[in-house]
Amino acid sequence: MKNPINGLNKVFESRIRLGVMSMLMVNEEVNFNDLKQMLEVTDGNLATHLVNLEENGYIRVHKGFVGKKTNTTYSVTKAGEKAFQDHISALENMIKGMR
Amino acid sequence: MTDQQLPTSSLDEIKDIRRIMERSSRFISLSGLSGIAAGLCAMGGAWLASNRLAEYYLAYNSRGNFEGPDFNKLKLDLFILAIAVLALALVSAFYFTWRRARHNQTPLWNVSSRNLAWSMMVPLGAGGLFILAMLQYSEWRFIAPASLIFYGLALVNGSKFTLSDIRYLGYLEIVLGIVNTQFIGYGLYCWAVGFGVLHILYGAIMWWKYEKDSVN
Repeated sequence: MKNPINGLNKVFESRIRLGVMSMLMVNEEVNFNDLKQMLEVTDGNLATHLVNLEENGYIRVHKGFVGKKTNTTYSVTKAGEKAFQDHISALENMIKGMR
Repeated sequence: MTDQQLPTSSLDEIKDIRRIMERSSRFISLSGLSGIAAGLCAMGGAWLASNRLAEYYLAYNSRGNFEGPDFNKLKLDLFILAIAVLALALVSAFYFTWRRARHNQTPLWNVSSRNLAWSMMVPLGAGGLFILAMLQYSEWRFIAPASLIFYGLALVNGSKFTLSDIRYLGYLEIVLGIVNTQFIGYGLYCWAVGFGVLHILYGAIMWWKYEKDSVN
């Protein structure tokens, strides 16, 4: 997954996936609608990116119910946290290198 | 190299991350004007209450004794006044924050405002019930200190989910409430300072600090 040149994570090349991770890093659990509202994306688009993150083992999906409606929430995994932090470090290093 | 690996876009990426983290964890549309409006309501309420109390003591002085019905009427009047002031303060505070959220194009009810509301509801709900229990036993002396202390705790607790400056307002309310316990006769004054003056000051500072430049 890592780009050998600068340590940037390919998974986070997508702004939406990066956005999802940013939200999950500061919130214990976020539901689908809140993600959609904050990132301003369509249902289908967001769902695809969430599946991708889940397949990479970066996020965990919890299916629950509020009354009769399904309420799916997402949280970050240990691996996801590590990958995100590495990605940020890589970004920081690139910015430092620029100066 | 693709475009996304260029240093300038890394900076954009970091900014994006920061913006999303902030917006999704803190409710930043809380308007200073809300504080000022709530403060003015509280001051008005305190003024009406002090007039009503003066009237009550005047009746006592002219007659020379307390009468049961008088006291019950006073309690009811003050209770209704308190509820009315609270409702008016909430509505006016809500209005300015709603206006600011619309101006910022951020939703009023999102993950961060929900966290904020919940973290404040717990101390406020407990405080409200505690105060009602005191009223039940006609223990009026600690109502003002208790409302200040519980409100302060709610603000400190809620400050995690909104502009962190609100924490200092919380500390001041708590200190004022505790000081008030030693000067029981001055409950209404402490109350007016805590809910009136401090709100107006806080609101003005917040407005100056965050909103001055974005007035429409």
